[in-house]
Amino acid sequence: MFVVTTLALLITMTLTLVRALLGPTIFDRILAVNSFGTKTVLLIAVYGFLTGRPDFVDIALVYSLINYIGTIAVLKFFEYDDLGSGAYQEDDY
Amino acid sequence: MFDWLIWIISWLLITTGCVFIVAGGIGLLRMPDLYTRLHAASVTDTGGAIFIVLGLLLQALFVFDNPMAGIKVVLVLFFTLFTSPTASHALAKTALLSGHVPTDENGEPILDSPETAQMLARSRPEK
Repeated sequence: MFVVTTLALLITMTLTLVRALLGPTIFDRILAVNSFGTKTVLLIAVYGFLTGRPDFVDIALVYSLINYIGTIAVLKFFEYDDLGSGAYQEDDY
Repeated sequence: MFDWLIWIISWLLITTGCVFIVAGGIGLLRMPDLYTRLHAASVTDTGGAIFIVLGLLLQALFVFDNPMAGIKVVLVLFFTLFTSPTASHALAKTALLSGHVPTDENGEPILDSPETAQMLARSRPEK
């Protein structure tokens, strides 16, 4: 059963990668990469159970947090052209 | 008998999660516009992750007899459920802020101009 899940995840990751390569705007690419990261987290967890070593889940845990930070950082960079600036907060609302 | 029941339930949960994930992937590829693609990707991140993690939790607790792995799997679900809607929200708001106008089912823009989209993203609801 874990083989079927792994195959489904790999097929979906291929579809997501196609969208990341095709994506007309930069946001389509960011969305595809974020979705790819979520599927990678699930793939790592399922692979741990597939090989009979559920300790792989630690790596999935770390990867889910890194994926989130990466997406937010890239979005902030594309919106404000700066990762360290706090000046946008006054004129934002 | 009990093992048999656990296998059936975790099979059902994981298969449902696979269906959600593949449907989300196909939607991400075939939807016409950024905001609809965002919707398809969110189905993957919530529905697929919840069902697969619940199935893995049953496996970890009763088949692998490893409660620590079960706790970690639930932590993965916890973080995913917090981070994935936040990332989707940030993505949609950044797209609006940079003047990406949503379209209706005929492909016509529903807002007058990119400036209206930026105003909409900057405004806060009335309290």
